[in-house]
Amino acid sequence: MKNKANFVIIGGGVVGLSIAYNLAKRGIKDIVLIEKSYLGSGATGRCGAGVRQQWGTKQNCLLAKESMKVFENFKDILQIKRDIELKQKGYLLLAYSAKELEQFKKNLEVQHSLNIPSVLLTPQQAKEMVPDLNIENLVGAAFCPKDGHANPFQVTFGYAEASQQLGVEINKFTEVIDIKTRNNKILGVQTNKGFIETQKVIVAAGGWTQEIAKMVGIDLPIFSERHEILVTETVKKILDPMLMSFSYNIYCQQTPEGSFIMGYGPEGEPPSYNMDSSWEFLEIMSKKATFLLPPLKNIRIIRQWAGLYNMSPDKQPIVSKIDQMEDFYVACGFSGHGFMLAPALGVLMADIVTESELTYDVVLDIGRFERGEIIAEPSVV
Amino acid sequence: MCEENIIICRCEDITLKEIRELINKGYTTVEEIKRITRAGMGPCQGKTCGLLIAKEISKMTNKPMEEIDLQNIRPPYGGVKFEEILTDRL
Repeated sequence: MKNKANFVIIGGGVVGLSIAYNLAKRGIKDIVLIEKSYLGSGATGRCGAGVRQQWGTKQNCLLAKESMKVFENFKDILQIKRDIELKQKGYLLLAYSAKELEQFKKNLEVQHSLNIPSVLLTPQQAKEMVPDLNIENLVGAAFCPKDGHANPFQVTFGYAEASQQLGVEINKFTEVIDIKTRNNKILGVQTNKGFIETQKVIVAAGGWTQEIAKMVGIDLPIFSERHEILVTETVKKILDPMLMSFSYNIYCQQTPEGSFIMGYGPEGEPPSYNMDSSWEFLEIMSKKATFLLPPLKNIRIIRQWAGLYNMSPDKQPIVSKIDQMEDFYVACGFSGHGFMLAPALGVLMADIVTESELTYDVVLDIGRFERGEIIAEPSVV
Repeated sequence: MCEENIIICRCEDITLKEIRELINKGYTTVEEIKRITRAGMGPCQGKTCGLLIAKEISKMTNKPMEEIDLQNIRPPYGGVKFEEILTDRL
């Protein structure tokens, strides 16, 4: 491990690696990335693997659209040999009330302003798309054919390999113990494998970002909460798009190799770092999933796990320089959508640290909360 | 027998050759190999391949087996149908 670095990036998930890659691509040398376990061991490797562009705010739509362009051309852009298992069979968002359908219509206007090809569907049209879908109580749906699935592990390892090709040093199984500072300047990062002298630190540690920020006395307005998820055995194809409902609170998709992966937003879950699986999740999910897709009854659940959503006050990412500490940056608060936005978030962080004009017209700096410029994202599970 | 004909993970059809190539590339934990190849993600959840991969890592990295962590075992431990969970409470 190098004992001196130009930049230290803390966090070997998809966002940290996208940042490392984008910085290195701009010619920045001596970048060292630190990950406390294996790459993708946090939220990235625990996510639902969905990639969608159907958002309610212009900036989330834009970030998702730009990220999708990268997913679509991943190998060519990163110059690596790795299949990320991209499947673009769409996201089918289900509306169970007139109010919800009205929100979808508003969201569609935002999406169409950015040429995202989403459409509204009747329950019958949704049924034609997914013959096994139970359309009881359904009043309508929104669909974008370009949304879908990508393999989070392959994307993460892809960014890692591309970063290494550009000279980034990646240290797995290396834990940050402390960040040394003096007079609001960073002196270096103390890890369990040695000290790295550096003046610049970028934290993209997912659910633990606020803990790392505390090491330099910064209190971030984010918290982590447990989300649970499960995967089934692989079966023949019955579901093309990702199914998702905000009011019924579920997402469910069939991955390209045939397993179903599904989760829901916990209700009344306190902020915590708890990543244990619960029996209640299986029980509630069984009801939700078999209501939505009755043939699932006969399919076996293979594995369940949990991960941390890192929630921000407006459920949109924070990609920002922190004013109270010189050359200290954070990328956090993805509220469950870091994977699908990672390509664009890496570009934005590279813009910020190189003091370039932002590539995308978005407001993700931490100052937005104080300025009252909050536009909350309405479409989150 | 040729290493590309030796199946290490029967659920996901992963060969010894694929495992050895990844260990040579620096992926020297069962968890990483599982995530790249899906070995251990099938119905048996790595009951067979987990130990075989760990042994291969031990052999190729000259680390004792005690230092090689096996993959996480996750609930529900065996395949359970959604239906069985639904009817359990009725």
